Amino acid sequence: MPDDRELLDTKSSARLLANPLPGTAATDEAILATEETTERDDLLKQKPFGFLFWFAVGFVGVVILSAALANLLPLQNPNFQHYTSLNQGPSAAHWLGTDDLGRDLLARLVFGARVSLIVGFFGVLIGLVVGGTAGLVSGYRGGRLDVALNAVSFIILAFPAIVAVIAIVTFWKATLLHITIILGIATIPLMYRVIRASSLSFAQRDFVVAAKTMGATDSRIVLREILPNVIPVTVTFSLITMAGLIVIEGTLAFLGLSVALPTPSWGNLINEGTSNGALSTDPFIMLWPALAMFLLLWSINLIGDRLRQRFDIREGLL
Amino acid sequence: MAGLRGRRAKTLEFKDAGTQSGPLLVVEDLRTSFRTQRGTVRAVDGVSFEVEEGKTLGIVGESGSGKTVLSRSIMGMLPVRDVIRSGTVHFAGHELTSMDDHSLREVWGAELSMIFQDPMTALNPVKRIGDQIGESLRLHLDMDKKEARSTAVELLRSVGIPSPEDRVRWYPFQLSGGMRQRVMIAIALACAPRLVLADEPTTGLDVTVQAQILDLLAELQRERHMAVILVTHDLGVVASRADDIIVMYAGRVVERAPTHTLFNDTKMPYTRALMDSIPRLADPSGARLNAIGGRPPDLINPPAGCRFAPRCPYAQDKCRESEPPLRTVGSEDHLFACWFPLVDGVSTAPAVPVSLSSAPDGSTTTGGSAP
Repeated sequence: MPDDRELLDTKSSARLLANPLPGTAATDEAILATEETTERDDLLKQKPFGFLFWFAVGFVGVVILSAALANLLPLQNPNFQHYTSLNQGPSAAHWLGTDDLGRDLLARLVFGARVSLIVGFFGVLIGLVVGGTAGLVSGYRGGRLDVALNAVSFIILAFPAIVAVIAIVTFWKATLLHITIILGIATIPLMYRVIRASSLSFAQRDFVVAAKTMGATDSRIVLREILPNVIPVTVTFSLITMAGLIVIEGTLAFLGLSVALPTPSWGNLINEGTSNGALSTDPFIMLWPALAMFLLLWSINLIGDRLRQRFDIREGLL
Repeated sequence: MAGLRGRRAKTLEFKDAGTQSGPLLVVEDLRTSFRTQRGTVRAVDGVSFEVEEGKTLGIVGESGSGKTVLSRSIMGMLPVRDVIRSGTVHFAGHELTSMDDHSLREVWGAELSMIFQDPMTALNPVKRIGDQIGESLRLHLDMDKKEARSTAVELLRSVGIPSPEDRVRWYPFQLSGGMRQRVMIAIALACAPRLVLADEPTTGLDVTVQAQILDLLAELQRERHMAVILVTHDLGVVASRADDIIVMYAGRVVERAPTHTLFNDTKMPYTRALMDSIPRLADPSGARLNAIGGRPPDLINPPAGCRFAPRCPYAQDKCRESEPPLRTVGSEDHLFACWFPLVDGVSTAPAVPVSLSSAPDGSTTTGGSAP
């Protein structure tokens, strides 16, 4: 065995090939050692995430923090009506202006973020826990269980989510909890399908068979061999689904089918900004929530995409 | 987490090496068939052999001869559905074929483990190699994380990986093929098994690394007194490393002998043909490879009589009509299945035009396909 420490400093295998050490086996290992070291250095020096990624992370962070701490922040009451200042543009008193009832738009925007974030996060969580677990097991086990779960997922997927939600909301009171549960259930088959496909592809790999020959139980194989491989695709897909749920909630709110007024949500803020000709007289009312939603969705998608690139072993090293 | 580890009480007792009488592994009349839409594929058809403690058995045959199915059958690692297995496998005093999954999991990895062909796919790409080695230590030997990690370092050192303290934290993609196969060996040997099944352990590696890996395996085998079953298509791999060799053809054993005997007194024309197909350095450049013409038979409808008869240059009517039993002439431990065995490289079959090994133009007497 060659003195490995000395070789760790050698960065290029070309230099080593030019001065081969005596003895084939030793040389071979020496070259392997250097090559591997270089590879590891490359790994540590991966392509940086870049400014856009950190901007997106920052924006999502600001939205989450301000929505969570809205009660502690020096914001005005989102439902208080300043009769003396209706339809105002941005000013020192009202940073983003006021709406046609004189309510502070900044406060409404921040409080409205809560609805979007709660629906997005908990909806995905429901989908992940139920659909993800089912997908992992179904993909690994296969057989009749897989066929049955697959059929169920197709049946749920066959209903257009938005139509199903509108139908349910008309006779089940549209509260935040209900909306989250309904959208969460709509997410289950999506999560199931993506995670099942991934789990299935890993269940056939040699390392799963190898784990079995080492005496691992099925649950151990699913949790320790397959799950770590499925996580990257799960994270990415969860973020994208979260963005999708935020849009669906916005759509529902815009149609007046989400949380009841006067509780603000981005969707109903946009709705208010477009009704009664407000769009032509005071476009700010609609502009702020639309902009906030656009930036949030863009940020989430960007984060998801960059994380996918980083997690992907092949792409991550390019 | 304790529940997830499946840490149930051990139900099997294993006698220590030495206290047990008789061979470590006894395979008797093992048959494995797969039900397919076209019919039943008899991939392993009545195979019997023994492996003594600490010895090496080579199993040789071309692609499709049933080597891999045989090794999976011995372990009991077969798909549940559409597989029919019969015969018995006695390992260290236990009957593996009648064991349930829970008991088998106590044997797998701990007493009987496997080295896979392709180290590129047999390691989990997203787990550190130290954790992958430690996995079975924690499972079978009830080690905690720290113990498992330090044992993994020692194992990596013993398989010749430089600076193992650092390497335990590496991922498989950071290692070359040879290094990964060393890691695979470390995993297979982690719990000090009594028998290791190496299924083409060097096929995915280049030739210089192949020799290193096989030497390493032999060295560890001597140190740990394990038995090894070396499954390969390459007679050259087993020639200097196996104590006994089994030659398989179309799911059956066609010749079985101690290595020296097999090479010096080959009885079965198929074995001879396998040997002749190894290129020699002394051959003039441009010499045609002595490929065996034709293909292995269809295992759904195997030919009547000797299964090698359609490809055998010495085949007689008798060969095509009745199947030769595995028999012995003279030496007890040399078995072969041939009606007209070779004697000193020359067939005893009547009216054979030309000897297989001295075909005039360097190609096989059966003609057939190009190499």
